Amino acid sequence: MTAAEYDRVPRLAVRDYASPLAEKLRHLWETKPGVIGWLASVDHKEIGLRYIVTAFIFLIVGGIEALIFRIQLSQPNLTVLTPEQYNELFTMHGATMILWYAFPILTGFSVYLQPLVIGTRDMAMPRLNAFTYWLFVLSGIYLYVGFALGAAPNAGWFNYVPYASKAFNPGLNIDFYALSNILLGISTTLGSLNFVVTILHMRAPGMSINRMPILSWGTLTISVGNLFAMPSVTLAFFLLYMDRQFGTHFYQQPTGQPLLWQHLFWMWGHPWVYVIVLPAISLVSDALPVLCRRPLVGYTAVALATVLTMVLGFGVWLHHMFATGLPGLALGFFSAVSIIIVIPSAVSAFAWLATIWTGQPVLNTAFHFFAGFIVVFVIGGVSGFMTGSVPVDWQLTDTYFVVAHIHYVLIGWNLFAVMGASYFWFPKVTGKLLDERLGRWNFWLMFVGFNVGFFPMHISGLLGMPRRIYTFPEGMGLDWLNLITTIGSYVFAFGFLLFLINIVLSLRHGVEAGPNPWDAATLEWTTPSPPPPYNYVVLPTLATREPLWETRLDEAPFHSDLGKGLPLDHGKEALATSTLDGQPEAILRMPEDSLMPLLLALALTLMFAGLIVKLWWLVIASLLIGLLFQLIWLWPRAQLAERRL
Amino acid sequence: MTIVAVPRTELPIGSVTPRTVGWWGIIAGIVTEASLFAYLLFGYFYFAIQPHGEMWPAEMPTFKLAGPNTVILLISSVAVWYGERGGRQGSRLKQAAGLGTGFLLGVIFVTIQVLEWKAKSFSYNSGPYGSLFFVITGFHMGHVVLGLLMLFPLTIWSMLGYFGPGRDAPISIGAIYWHFVDAVWLTVFFSLYITPYLGLRHG
Amino acid sequence: MMSSDDRRRVGAASPGRVAGAVACAMIAGAVLAPAAARAETPLDYWWTHGSRAQSISHLLWFSTAVSILVIVIVSALLLGGIFRRRSLPAPDLPGQAAVARPHGGASWITIGVGITTVVLVFTTVWTFATLAHTGPQPGPAAVRLQITAHQWWWEVRYLSDKPSEEFTTANEIHIPVGQIVEVKLRGPDVIHSFWVPKLAGKTDVIPGQENQTWLQADREGVYRGQCGEYCGQQHAHMAFEVIASPPDAYAQWRQQQLQPAHATDATEPQSGEGLFTTRCGICHTVRGSRAGGILGPDLTHVMSRRTIAADTLPNTTGNLAAWIADPQHIKPGNRMPRLALSGEQLTLIRHYVETLK
Repeated sequence: MTAAEYDRVPRLAVRDYASPLAEKLRHLWETKPGVIGWLASVDHKEIGLRYIVTAFIFLIVGGIEALIFRIQLSQPNLTVLTPEQYNELFTMHGATMILWYAFPILTGFSVYLQPLVIGTRDMAMPRLNAFTYWLFVLSGIYLYVGFALGAAPNAGWFNYVPYASKAFNPGLNIDFYALSNILLGISTTLGSLNFVVTILHMRAPGMSINRMPILSWGTLTISVGNLFAMPSVTLAFFLLYMDRQFGTHFYQQPTGQPLLWQHLFWMWGHPWVYVIVLPAISLVSDALPVLCRRPLVGYTAVALATVLTMVLGFGVWLHHMFATGLPGLALGFFSAVSIIIVIPSAVSAFAWLATIWTGQPVLNTAFHFFAGFIVVFVIGGVSGFMTGSVPVDWQLTDTYFVVAHIHYVLIGWNLFAVMGASYFWFPKVTGKLLDERLGRWNFWLMFVGFNVGFFPMHISGLLGMPRRIYTFPEGMGLDWLNLITTIGSYVFAFGFLLFLINIVLSLRHGVEAGPNPWDAATLEWTTPSPPPPYNYVVLPTLATREPLWETRLDEAPFHSDLGKGLPLDHGKEALATSTLDGQPEAILRMPEDSLMPLLLALALTLMFAGLIVKLWWLVIASLLIGLLFQLIWLWPRAQLAERRL
Repeated sequence: MTIVAVPRTELPIGSVTPRTVGWWGIIAGIVTEASLFAYLLFGYFYFAIQPHGEMWPAEMPTFKLAGPNTVILLISSVAVWYGERGGRQGSRLKQAAGLGTGFLLGVIFVTIQVLEWKAKSFSYNSGPYGSLFFVITGFHMGHVVLGLLMLFPLTIWSMLGYFGPGRDAPISIGAIYWHFVDAVWLTVFFSLYITPYLGLRHG
Repeated sequence: MMSSDDRRRVGAASPGRVAGAVACAMIAGAVLAPAAARAETPLDYWWTHGSRAQSISHLLWFSTAVSILVIVIVSALLLGGIFRRRSLPAPDLPGQAAVARPHGGASWITIGVGITTVVLVFTTVWTFATLAHTGPQPGPAAVRLQITAHQWWWEVRYLSDKPSEEFTTANEIHIPVGQIVEVKLRGPDVIHSFWVPKLAGKTDVIPGQENQTWLQADREGVYRGQCGEYCGQQHAHMAFEVIASPPDAYAQWRQQQLQPAHATDATEPQSGEGLFTTRCGICHTVRGSRAGGILGPDLTHVMSRRTIAADTLPNTTGNLAAWIADPQHIKPGNRMPRLALSGEQLTLIRHYVETLK
């Protein structure tokens, strides 16, 4: 390894995970032991797992919040919680689930899986990846510090002004929400940027864009979507913070515009709905066919439908504002788009059905979750179609019908897919299979609990129960429905608990998985389980979409080369390939582990802590320290071939 | 059907091709930053089309400082381009001089912009127009400062001879960002200074 | 009788079977419970009573029917697909099952998406038709209202060309059956949403913007209304009633509401009216007395209303006393403070309020 090496003809090596080459790569890529090593790690598998664990912790916390206020709502006129406690809990529940669980869990899966499924060794920007994770954790801690200090947000997760403005909400509650959202927004944006570069630039040789797994399509699509959408909400929260703390006039009456908040919020908010479901349904599109013993039906249609959903998703934000007194033309246009956006979802749904119908499904727990997912996917889809129609929405909006819809979409489309994906990829990540028997109980309790808990919400909504009420009177026909909902939610939570138990037991006593327990088709299953720090001992070359099945499917005249490839072992190296065809373009030097990502994230969070208490010296000091860290981070290194000697 | 074979020819190593990881990164970053300004200007025009009466200042925007300042920023972009091109030709002097000039012109832009702010009859909290004006130009200033924070070390690094032909990705990345900041200013300038004369009247 | 073989098979799939049975029972229960309990459902918009709300209900019925049909069809296809050719017996590791790419899958997408598109386009057209029918007010209004939504009650002003025929009331809206009622909405504090499910969908009340909606009740009755946009601590208790009566009864009510309250022994500071004026009059108005506050509801004819505290409690002597004594207990966080009143003062005030018929 010489620093002055600017180009070379890469040699070939044979795939052997027990060779001296593998030992050399392990030495190069391994995270150093100890706490410092752990904190400095930039290994995408390490970070992806942390993302997943952290997001599940947020899921549990958000779930407990819901279980508490479901007791308050189990009977009419209960006083278990005060109105203010209820309002803070439901806001925290929504914010935690939508912002600190639903997207980070998918980011976790993508950070872990993406470099593996596209046959490379890490994300394009490994240190940025670590920074993104730390900032996500710190933004969540920031929000929950507010909660612990008695200043939890209380204006709902969409935080409408003027209720969220200083005149009606004088405490720091909303400021904690606004600033933690800006931190999280920075993390999300940078994470998306990293995915875009990784997927467009680092796929294995021969993995042309039409050979990417659907997960890559999903992640690429929503990452590009995030680049366009995230600034809207980050800006909305920044302007709110300015209004609240510095007296600007964006939202505040008499001169401000309350609806500007709603526009900025939903111009992000609706694309966001697709952002937190498209990668999840992409996981299904990749895993389900394996369990049906056939390639996905309609790969191209599903890939393009994913992109189309995201594009249309930018044109429907006004359907959250149908009751705000908009002109008829706008109502008609946005209503039509909101109904038409069902079409790309229908493409995916029929592709899955056809895959099951023409395949030979293997009824394991992962398949159960995917099948359950399809049912709730459809229920969540049709209730969305119902709210897309303006006049009907005038009745449905802000009732429990919408609460039911959002839970079918977010739990159904996100959590059920994530559960199935967890059962499917757990063996790859840990080397152990999850227990099937416990898994079956896990699925049925969650599926039944979910439907028992959330389906009646549709009916509560049709009977006129408004959302976000801390209690409801007797005699509205809502008593039984709410009791059933509460019971269902506890069953559902218990089902999820079994999942956690299953993880603990299977980690200890689980069956060894081997590299490819499901006889799956894609690249990640060629590595040992769990994958070594360098992922691939030699980089594979692809000729088809299903490299591990191609000899059996016997369709293409050419075959992928998985047995030998580029070892790229002159340091931490990876391969850059061309965007569309996956032609090798350059050898990339990957950075070593670094503490800079953590330190920079801490400096930024400290700066935001200064912003909330208005300690300006702290703001400026942490800004300057952050800039220093940034300079150290970016200083060109000969070792990375970023500069001449 | 694309068939890719394992390369038998030389592959460059590191940040060297015209499209490195960093280049992709900055393009993605520019997409998101451009969106940020699009939303900011959406906010501006959202207010501007409402009946605004007292919300808007009576006087029309003046070009006295903003006009020359726009020219200065444009020239700084040219300087950075000159430096980048000079570096490609192997001239460390041109490289450092171009980047350094771009940096200095950027500093002058910031200074004049502060004077422009001081000359305004309204403030950030006097009404919606003031809030919009200062937050939009403030965001732009933030980006100019960020660009300067890139140009300064790049100038130093060029002087140290870090970069040369085929090893100048950080310079290209910094230059793209600087041109972007310039383009954003033109958009902001058009929206805040020109559109009032095109019918989106004040007062 | 079940053979032991059968029993084992049932046992083998027990979580699924048990779960399925429980789910069916509970979902059926959820659907049937309100009907079985014969509970009234005053906010439901499945059955509605005005031409505006009815045409929305028809579209709602249609889209619900389509939705249920889609769920049933997809579930049936899913189950069919699973049980048709599954790899039996279900192996936990699928290594044995052959991999193949059977043809015929693509037509699923073509046909499925084709049918979906037809239904969607039809729904869109119906939506546009309903929008045209239910959006704009269909004719001149017989009654014009200006409703101001406050945290957490409704101020209702009856407008007229003659200022002397205008008056203000709260939380109870009387309208004549069959006639068009125009509603202008104003919000001085936060966003609320005006919603009478049986008569019309929601229209948001937005500060700085005057929204407009209209009502038309086809038959007599009491229709419950409710704030539809989260507006703070007592969003749950921000309801109102719309009472539709025949035009002559409505006219009579209107005449009665125009009258000022009967004066009592106002000059005596320790009388009911005297106490009311000093303790309550800062926020409440009683026309014909010295109480002229505008922060709370107009109470000139409060005893003519069926409920108090924004349709939170029936207007009974006991509830009235409880409310005056401690409004923060009934609606925590609401804007009416708990006044330090002796039992005697409380009774005097209540007696006075009870004269406001």
